[in-house]
Amino acid sequence: MNYETVIGLEVHSELKTKSKIFCGCSTKFGSDQNTNVCPVCLGLPGVLPVINEKVVEFAVRAGLALNCKILPFSKFDRKNYYYPDLPKNYQTSQYDLPIAVDGYLDIEVNGETKRIGITRVHMEEDAGKLVHSGTINNSEYALVDYNRTGVPLIEIVSEPDLRSPEEAKAYLEKMKSILQYIDVSDCKMEEGSLRCDANISLRPVGTETLGTKAELKNLNSFRAVQRGLEYEVERQTEVLGDGGHIIQETRSWDEGKGVTLSMRNKEQAHDYRYFPEPELVPIVVDPAKVESIRANLPEMPDARKVRLMADHGLSAYDAETIIASRAMADYYDATVKAGADAKTAANWLMGEVSKHLNAANKAVEECPVTPPQLASLVGLIAKGTISGKIAKTVFEGMWDSGKDAEAIVKEQGLVQISDEGAIVAIVDGAIAANPQSVADFKAGKEKAIGFLVGQVMKQSKGRANPELVNKLLKERLALL
Amino acid sequence: MKINRQDVENVALLSRLEMTAEELEAYSGQLNAILEYVDVLNKLDTTGIEPTAHVLQLKNVMRPDEVKPSLPQELALSNAPEAEDGYFKVPKVMEG
Amino acid sequence: MELFKHTVHALHGMLVKKDISAVELAKSVFARTDAVEPQIRSYITETREQALAQAVAVDAKITRGEAIAPLAGIPGALKDNICTKGIKTTCASKILANFVPPYNATVVDKLAAQDAVLTGKANCDEFAMGGSTENSGFFVTHNPWDTERVPGGSSGGSASSVAAGQAIWALGSDTGGSIRQPAAYCGNVGLKPTYGRVSRYGLVAYASSLDQLGPITRDVTDSALVLNAIAGYDAKDSTSINAETPDYTKALVQDVKGLKIGLPKEYFGAGIQPEVAAAIKRAIDQLTAMGAEVKEVSLPHTEYALPAYYLIAPAEASSNLARYDGVGFGHRAPGNDIIEMYKKTRSEGFGPEVKRRIMLGTYALSSGYYDAYYLKALQVRTLVKQDFDKVFAEVDILITPTAPTTAFKIGELSDPLAMYLQDICTIPINLAGLPGISIPCGFVAGLPVGMQIIGKPLAEATIIQAAYAFEQANDYHTRFAPLGEV
Repeated sequence: MNYETVIGLEVHSELKTKSKIFCGCSTKFGSDQNTNVCPVCLGLPGVLPVINEKVVEFAVRAGLALNCKILPFSKFDRKNYYYPDLPKNYQTSQYDLPIAVDGYLDIEVNGETKRIGITRVHMEEDAGKLVHSGTINNSEYALVDYNRTGVPLIEIVSEPDLRSPEEAKAYLEKMKSILQYIDVSDCKMEEGSLRCDANISLRPVGTETLGTKAELKNLNSFRAVQRGLEYEVERQTEVLGDGGHIIQETRSWDEGKGVTLSMRNKEQAHDYRYFPEPELVPIVVDPAKVESIRANLPEMPDARKVRLMADHGLSAYDAETIIASRAMADYYDATVKAGADAKTAANWLMGEVSKHLNAANKAVEECPVTPPQLASLVGLIAKGTISGKIAKTVFEGMWDSGKDAEAIVKEQGLVQISDEGAIVAIVDGAIAANPQSVADFKAGKEKAIGFLVGQVMKQSKGRANPELVNKLLKERLALL
Repeated sequence: MKINRQDVENVALLSRLEMTAEELEAYSGQLNAILEYVDVLNKLDTTGIEPTAHVLQLKNVMRPDEVKPSLPQELALSNAPEAEDGYFKVPKVMEG
Repeated sequence: MELFKHTVHALHGMLVKKDISAVELAKSVFARTDAVEPQIRSYITETREQALAQAVAVDAKITRGEAIAPLAGIPGALKDNICTKGIKTTCASKILANFVPPYNATVVDKLAAQDAVLTGKANCDEFAMGGSTENSGFFVTHNPWDTERVPGGSSGGSASSVAAGQAIWALGSDTGGSIRQPAAYCGNVGLKPTYGRVSRYGLVAYASSLDQLGPITRDVTDSALVLNAIAGYDAKDSTSINAETPDYTKALVQDVKGLKIGLPKEYFGAGIQPEVAAAIKRAIDQLTAMGAEVKEVSLPHTEYALPAYYLIAPAEASSNLARYDGVGFGHRAPGNDIIEMYKKTRSEGFGPEVKRRIMLGTYALSSGYYDAYYLKALQVRTLVKQDFDKVFAEVDILITPTAPTTAFKIGELSDPLAMYLQDICTIPINLAGLPGISIPCGFVAGLPVGMQIIGKPLAEATIIQAAYAFEQANDYHTRFAPLGEV
């Protein structure tokens, strides 16, 4: 029997607003425990929530970027359950009238584009953090930090359109890219600002009915998502192959052991008793505002890739690398706009710039060399003022000092020597000083010229124009 | 009988309340009486009637995205039955 | 006349004229409390030190010749479900017996802005659930007119403190009648504003879509003065109405000529004690003689309002009270794990009525029952509101009894359902979010009778005017509960 894998993903993304969804506490990550809290997010008796307007704006933006319909009338509901990371023992979320529905995003797997449906996007509040003494199973007590309660989240639910763990990973990467592009989240799975739960089931190939699903939790990285799903495919295939049934349950991914473990015996029947949140009034988004948000959406990754390939002639690989992050893509566009040649700019970004950023652990936004500065450096190479090799030295200088390319070149006297007369003089000098190499070359060892080139470059402190050196060296040697 | 003992036990669990057998009996009786009474609502045909969750017709009540001062940690914890190192402390939690 | 027997407006005049000092006034009220509290038990917490300090500050202002606000220096009580920073706020529940809020309710800040003096936190039914204050987790409050009877509920302590002279004014909260009914039982003026007129920020929520804060006072003028102090838009409350707050004292006009009064026939049925109905009818006759036009109207869905309320309110309460779990504040019972702790804490901390309503509400929201109970109740609420909208197209105000009977004896109504039925006249007004005021309109066997005047949304001025006109044509507001010797 051949089985088809059916996967749906639920992504939670923390929105990068300054303040929480229902109160003015800061959303800053990494503060000391219980220092970003107030009576409202602590759920003290008597407090009331007030919606942060940026949260609605970001949620609409996300809905539009995911090609959803924005519902004209949307409201909040309470999801009731008891857990110590939830101060009020209910979460204010959205149930039957979420802010956005019926969207999609496109993924590329094995060179093929596939459209994955998005059922809904809704707003909700995050819970706090539990710290257990020991592991969760043997700790005698737990400690609670409420800094995270009330941080705004959007939950994005996909249709069960994914057919492999690989597709799931591609979906997540695309989702992250989109959310970063529209600047609503920084999507750092390691900080918990992007989380993913997966629903996975198998069904016989060719059938329509969905099989019994397992819900996977504790997938803390893209890699974990893929590995967790791969394991589940194997596990479920085995169970079904042995004639068994899949039990609908929640399973936790154990990164260390590389398996999913049933959480069923610790599960309680959750009856969330959803009802309309009485402390908040409905959201009626003005269609004009929606259009304004839509108009102000940045150029999305897919569209950028197309443009970079079509208009700038970049290869698919280069385009994909450049657009991987919005900051990189914006940097690239700015560099080209400032006059740099597209291909060269792309190479520099993927090469020297990325190398330096990684070594310094900086993000593109923090690059000390600005796009116009990079553009002028590229321009100097194009003009022949400096060689590509010298340009790397100049870049170092720019990175360290913040000065422009021209200034560094001037200060360090790095202008390329392109005067033939001057080069001939150095070439003749190198020929005269290295008779053995000359003899070797004359005797047929073509490679000996490399040594002579090296000597000329050394003599000229790297400034001689390499093409001219080669050309003139060959000419002078031919005269002998 | 509108609500039986099992229902009351389930509801008590959902509400995180525990009770003795006698209490369960007593509450079952009382809840039954109340539910019998509210059953009169079923005499009313409410087809097509919109439910009123909010009596005011307010919409879009929001605030700007501005950070306001939080409570100092000690004040945040001032009512905590048990605290440790700036955290609220609770007995062991099972995953759920 | 002893100082504690005067009204806010009279005392303000005396303070301004320097006939008395705020400290004197505070001490008069304290002495009265010392004398009667053992019989009445209005207070869970008294705040005498703070009250004296506040009074001293007001006296200093007066000495400096500064103008003072209408409530300045006047001692008042707050129902103990209103959060007061640094002052224990228990909601009359064991589960909050030691809770000290780190913040003030908005109304508390507004009263402080007028330099009002706080005498203490008044007893009530636990979490405002009840109609007699017998559900307090601590002790029962007694009615100053007959100490064997209940003061009403849930704002029983607020009403008794004003009736007994232990406070000149008080704030209560009203979800199904909890300001108006105790005001009726204790011979006070109790006003429940339009839903959204007064900020709920800091009022411990019972049923969020129904709760409102309002004044309990000796007379209508005081009610207008306190309403002036507490009404108004609050950005911290998303259900707060953003509309101008008029000066309600401008409605203190003795004129009802041409006022169209509706008498909903469903409120004068068999369930009303005949003497109570008679007192209301006499009041109506008097208003007619004063120039009002009276007609009978119908609110056909009235009988469904109470059952709807007893699904909606418990449903919201079951969720609002989930936070009382021993984790962050309040009582905690020890447990081996968190679930055991939750169960023991809540079972120890909550009284039977609160548990009943939590379970009822949980049931009404639970899977499989939501449509039949909760959703159905919300639909009925629409019908109840529509009834009012229709009649208000023809009349300006409605008049009904506030409660079906006068104050009953402590312990008399032990059946929960029988207790719920005391709210039949007040509940529909909460469902529709309308303003309602109860004023004394007579006595039956020495017990006060309350008349309820209901207005259109944001028509507090209209009901205040009607109430004032009636009050001034009578002397019920000058009667004092015959409580012991002073």
